[in-house]
Amino acid sequence: MKSKKLKVKKNKKIINLPLTKADVLTLKVGDMVLINGQIVTGRDKLHKYLFNKKPIGEQIPFNLEGTILYHCGPIIKKTPKGFKLVAGGPTTSMRVEMYEQRIISEYGLRGVMGKGGMGMQTLKALKENGCVYLHTIGGAAAYLAERVKRVVGVWKLEEFGMTEAMWILEVKDFPAIVTMDAHGRSLHEEIEKISFREFKKLIG
Amino acid sequence: MLKLQNAIVELYRKAATSLPEDVAKALRLACRKEEKGSNARAALSTILENIEIARAGERPICQDTGVPVFFVKVPAGLSHLKLKDVIIKATRIATREIPLRPNAVDMLTDKNSGDNTGIGFPVIYIEEMKDKKLTVDLMLKGSGSENIGQLYKLPVAELKAERDIEGIRKCVLDTVYKAQGKGCPPYIIGIGIGATKDQVTRLAKEQLMRNLDDVNKQKVLAQLEKRLLNDINKLGIGPLGFGGKTTALAVKIGANYRHPASYFVDVSVSCWADRRARLVWETVKSEK
Repeated sequence: MKSKKLKVKKNKKIINLPLTKADVLTLKVGDMVLINGQIVTGRDKLHKYLFNKKPIGEQIPFNLEGTILYHCGPIIKKTPKGFKLVAGGPTTSMRVEMYEQRIISEYGLRGVMGKGGMGMQTLKALKENGCVYLHTIGGAAAYLAERVKRVVGVWKLEEFGMTEAMWILEVKDFPAIVTMDAHGRSLHEEIEKISFREFKKLIG
Repeated sequence: MLKLQNAIVELYRKAATSLPEDVAKALRLACRKEEKGSNARAALSTILENIEIARAGERPICQDTGVPVFFVKVPAGLSHLKLKDVIIKATRIATREIPLRPNAVDMLTDKNSGDNTGIGFPVIYIEEMKDKKLTVDLMLKGSGSENIGQLYKLPVAELKAERDIEGIRKCVLDTVYKAQGKGCPPYIIGIGIGATKDQVTRLAKEQLMRNLDDVNKQKVLAQLEKRLLNDINKLGIGPLGFGGKTTALAVKIGANYRHPASYFVDVSVSCWADRRARLVWETVKSEK
């Protein structure tokens, strides 16, 4: 698979989904990106389910290969025209650290998006599988909702409820920053080291 | 009581969609301090834009509309039970109309009640005051930041934290260091000190209701607040943990008397979206 070489607009790399492994390898920690295409949401319950029940690809109503799994529990309103996303910022990714490694490799994800970063297990999985962690703007739910153009579908709504269901969202110019890349670098690990030195100095 | 119910629905709307001006002002200042072109500055610019979009469109600032926490001050004679009932009814309406995200989950069945009410949900603290007015303070406490709070029982050997001001300072720095960017910094830090665990956690949370610009009446605590803010911002965690100059916007401390054997310090953390709003009800008598 050849990389399309991601286009750049105003210092931001443009991600058009689905992503290939070659595309992912061009992304580096610190890159600002804008995402276009279909992404899926998933948080605590969905991760637990995918990890323990191990549904095969065909049992999930959409193809997860090459897409981004967004850690998000949105507010969605049912309107006569269908579902509308009212607010949709990221949730803390670290809560699904114990599940993510297997989910990345089994479902062929090319991106995981959330906030706060993830741990060493996920970082290892990103490198082994060619995947990237994208950090979007925590709390900016109204801003990010404007970049969700359409709710395409939903899975497990009855069983898990609105917050925990898997929603497929079509996004345009959805902003994020690469904070963990497929080359083994993690901004979170680096910041933690810097802050640890300062912390030690401050507590003496 | 119907008027009060409607007013509480509006209080929810205000808290969820309109960030208090003191917090917005602190965020604008923080944005200007970060380097141009940095991830920290980009994040804060987006946050500021988000605040405006939410306010203008009356949409929730954050999809996690949190755990509603009420601090209510009632005049003598007003029934606490009736008041709780009004708050619960208003919560159901607000959840449907604004809308808020239903966040109340039964821990035994794992079912979401769908309307933000359930056992102990929302959290309601009521206190009777000599004042004739009814004051309802509401905070929508996001759980990303709630999860990074810590409770300490001093002394803590690993931190060399003894039972003194210096010990408190070390605990707070420990909380923020451990939190890193997981709870959406820049943070607002509430600290409660006292004799029992339940009391200090509530006291810490109450500090998050204070205006960021107010100054602690206790001189020693005012100095500690200032010093801690300065120290926390040296950690370099920065907005959303991207690295940068502003990790916290404010530190607020409340202290009660303690038992000779106990020295509890609770650190409650708010994300940058410190969503709080106040309702003052002057005409209580006519509403009964």
